[in-house]
Amino acid sequence: MELIAEGVIAAFALLFGDPEVWTITWLSVKISGLATGLSLALGMPLGIALALARFPGRSVAVALVNTGMGLPPVVVGLFVSIFLWRSGPLGFLELIYTQTAMVMAQVIIALPIVAGLTMAAFQSLNPNLRLQLFGLGASRLQVLWLLGKEARLPLLAAVMAGFGGVISEVGASMMVGGNIRGQTRVLTTATVLETSKGNFAIAIALSLILLAVSFALNLVLTHIQQRERIPWPRPS
Amino acid sequence: MAETLLALRDISVRYGTSDVLEAPSLDVRRGEILAVMGPNGAGKSTLLRVMGLLQRPDRGTVWFRGSEVLPSEAHAARRRMATVFQEPLLLSMSVYDNVALGLRLRGWERRAIERTVGAWLERLGIAAIARRSARTISGGEAQRTSLARAFVLNPELLFLDEPFAALDPPTREALLVELEAILRETAVTTVFVTHDRNEALMLGDTIAVLLAGKILQIGSSEEVFFHPADEKVAEFVGTANILAGVVERREGERAWIRVAAGCWLLPCAAAAGAAVKLCIRPEEIAVIRAPGDGPPPIGRIRFQATVTRIVACGFDARVVLECGGIQLHARVARGALDGLCQRDQVAAEFSPAAVHVIAGS
Repeated sequence: MELIAEGVIAAFALLFGDPEVWTITWLSVKISGLATGLSLALGMPLGIALALARFPGRSVAVALVNTGMGLPPVVVGLFVSIFLWRSGPLGFLELIYTQTAMVMAQVIIALPIVAGLTMAAFQSLNPNLRLQLFGLGASRLQVLWLLGKEARLPLLAAVMAGFGGVISEVGASMMVGGNIRGQTRVLTTATVLETSKGNFAIAIALSLILLAVSFALNLVLTHIQQRERIPWPRPS
Repeated sequence: MAETLLALRDISVRYGTSDVLEAPSLDVRRGEILAVMGPNGAGKSTLLRVMGLLQRPDRGTVWFRGSEVLPSEAHAARRRMATVFQEPLLLSMSVYDNVALGLRLRGWERRAIERTVGAWLERLGIAAIARRSARTISGGEAQRTSLARAFVLNPELLFLDEPFAALDPPTREALLVELEAILRETAVTTVFVTHDRNEALMLGDTIAVLLAGKILQIGSSEEVFFHPADEKVAEFVGTANILAGVVERREGERAWIRVAAGCWLLPCAAAAGAAVKLCIRPEEIAVIRAPGDGPPPIGRIRFQATVTRIVACGFDARVVLECGGIQLHARVARGALDGLCQRDQVAAEFSPAAVHVIAGS
């Protein structure tokens, strides 16, 4: 217990005394934020297509996305590393141990999550709603926009799950980023490093910051999501 | 006759291998209210979706305002139409925003939207709940919102897909009366789909009977209800009494037709020897408890029967009569039963003019 109490005190000391902690935090937010943004840009159209379009091979694509939602980050890290390795197929890009490599790995982790949850969000809508909107004179784009607005609650869940998945993963970031101080060291990889060195206080401090970042984003999104919630009736 | 606003030609829709809709030709004329009547699963909603350009048929063409609608023109054509479904299908926004939706999609300016939407909210009696979220209103209010959302668009062609099927009877009746008034007032061309004969009778100028994906008859309510084209239509419009008979001999415009209960002289065009079906609506048969011995009144057909069953049916009773091995249903006001019991011997009477003869079946 003493260890934890010391850790919490040390955490606050670090927060206000150590600029490196802020660098690490900022890198975490930047890399995972960028990866989430890219995953949304690619994953939402994919999820919408899987939910609304009919094409051959759709069920295979859905099964792939569902499998992808549970991809172990270490496996992603391994394959991205192999591809980006100096002698690998994409080695000429010289991306291994860069922030770009970390974003790439995190996009691979978050994309299926975003696509899968987007698909579920659109499929949860009444299928006749789409016809009703066309029947009111909406264009294809207007229909997509209105359906997206209608599914905004589960869509925000997709954003939260995507960001939560990548900011908290450590395996892929460590493997493709290399945990280079000031460049690719993020909250999770730094926590692993400090724990292995026995610096529990610093590790606890970093974990608390990670939790705080995650909590802050989810608080904002939850607030948006639940703003118009209608409470369930309570049985007597 | 008014011009054709929308027409279907050679339409076929199938799911898998079974045809759900076959419509070789159907015309909707400008200004008319066409009621499409059929049981559940007859293909009514599919027909409406094809007409509303919301479902592409597997074969055939849809014509609107005199020309075939090409896929590239469907959106523009849909903007002249509006559809109300059985479920209100409102978006999670206020009642006002739901009603304004179609106009916003068309890029109307705010003040014009306010004026039009305000007028229709008043007209349908939902102005008081305009600011409420559409997710917190009752089923009747939701369907009013859905109707207002269609009417603000001032459509040339309005599609109503069983809009009242999910409402309770008092709400349904109130809304039906209001809808009838609005439809007459706006004179909007309407295609109204329903399984309810009363709704079809109340709203339809023309009634089409759709059974198992095929339009079996289309005509005035008089034609469809009193002169059904075949046995299936007769059954669906509630004829209840369909008797098999054979034409014995002709007598001018009329013919003697033998049925199990006797031999009757009826208006009929079929040749002697032809098999026919006689349709008699249950409300046309009068049950007489003490017939006396004299002949029936001139021009009436009378036969002896036994009451086998009396079933309450709303404010009426359905009296099942047995005569010569056949059953006939008569509809009698419950107040007029006057102690009628099972096994009573009665006379049943009807006018030959009330019998509709279907030849060749």
